[in-house]
Amino acid sequence: MNLQNIIDDLNLTLLTERKDFSAVEISEGYTSDLLSCVMAGAPHGSVWVTLQAHANIVAVAALLELGAIIISEDAQPGPATLAKANQEGITMLSTPRKSFEVVGRLWEMGLRG
Amino acid sequence: MDQTSRFKGKIVTDQAAGNITRSEELAYELKIAEVMSTQMQLLSPDMHMGDVLAMFRQAHISGAPVVENGKCVGIISIEDTIRCLLNNDMQAPVSEYMTRNVITINSVEPVISALKTFVTIQVGRLPVVNEGGDLVGILTKGDITRGLLKALQHDYQAEEVIRYRASHLFEDIESDRTSLILRYNIAPRDFTKGGAASSNIKRALVRLGAPPQIARRTGIAVYEAEINLIIHTTNGGVIRVEIEPQKITIDAYDDGPGIADIDQALRPGFSTATNEVRELGFGAGMGLVNISRCVDSMKLESTVGVGTRLKMKINLETQDAFREGSTATKETKA
Repeated sequence: MNLQNIIDDLNLTLLTERKDFSAVEISEGYTSDLLSCVMAGAPHGSVWVTLQAHANIVAVAALLELGAIIISEDAQPGPATLAKANQEGITMLSTPRKSFEVVGRLWEMGLRG
Repeated sequence: MDQTSRFKGKIVTDQAAGNITRSEELAYELKIAEVMSTQMQLLSPDMHMGDVLAMFRQAHISGAPVVENGKCVGIISIEDTIRCLLNNDMQAPVSEYMTRNVITINSVEPVISALKTFVTIQVGRLPVVNEGGDLVGILTKGDITRGLLKALQHDYQAEEVIRYRASHLFEDIESDRTSLILRYNIAPRDFTKGGAASSNIKRALVRLGAPPQIARRTGIAVYEAEINLIIHTTNGGVIRVEIEPQKITIDAYDDGPGIADIDQALRPGFSTATNEVRELGFGAGMGLVNISRCVDSMKLESTVGVGTRLKMKINLETQDAFREGSTATKETKA
């Protein structure tokens, strides 16, 4: 499954620069709002579902080379955070859905953690 | 629907995008300020046309901006001097022959904007202005060509350097001991900078040609140490990374407040972080646990009232380069 499938199926809003998301393969996912847990648990290239929207999630995603961050409950990152994400090449997506529902849908799509 | 309108109706296919050359890309990246000429001949509105012609000849130029109080009020090109010559009117002031309502271009715009302007209006040069509208330079198509060539040359050299480094991590440097030391000062409570040192260190390692897993493990260990310094220290601290051909040594130290019970601090889930810090997603009590998973050895020393020192070591020449977070178990099993 690629990131474009996920964006389409979950109707996610793109917050960062557009890329060829159909070329970004995603097979695993992870969810937590605690950054150290993400550091320990999020697989390389996975999609991370979180409620956090501050700049440090970009640092975490960049260090782990994650495929994308899905921010739930419409939490809005600030312009500095988005600028940093674009600079680091991290894709940030947002949705009004709750983390629980996002993860459920990703699991239904076949994503595993 | 919105996306296509952003590109003004022009649809870029994947194949077309693949064919975009580096020089086209550079036209978007380079700013006009980087390629324009700043050393320019300036004319004033009351200067005689005869003097302008003499100046053009001497400086081998074919046009120049007319400036009054720092602003570009007109432009004189070689055609204007020919018109003046035909009229036998060389004593006339510049203001009589100059083109007014000059189209200028902003120095912060990308080179591509200038190229588009050159295509749409047939002019030889564009006066460049800053945000305040003051004349700061002049741009010809020749300046753009020179700028692009220079940037391409620079690109090429940078690529050569990276290619060279990627295959020789200190390998061809002969000394009794080769090492590179990187130092970062970490300010207390400055969460906006959280992760800056670790991503810089990770990037440096990648450039030096370290295996990606090593770079990632180092990045994670340094990140956790960096966040600890931001959250817990009184006056901030220092991260010192020493890169050697066989190992990476990371030292994170501060001058207080110190840890009362080190065994407790190392226990997964134990944290002294405030609620405020926890709301940001820190303080899970997993930082030191993560570090121990990413490094080959670590040592934590602390004295209350004096400070804390965390020493970490990552070996570069081990078969165990895949130990990292949860993926570690999967990969060792495989």
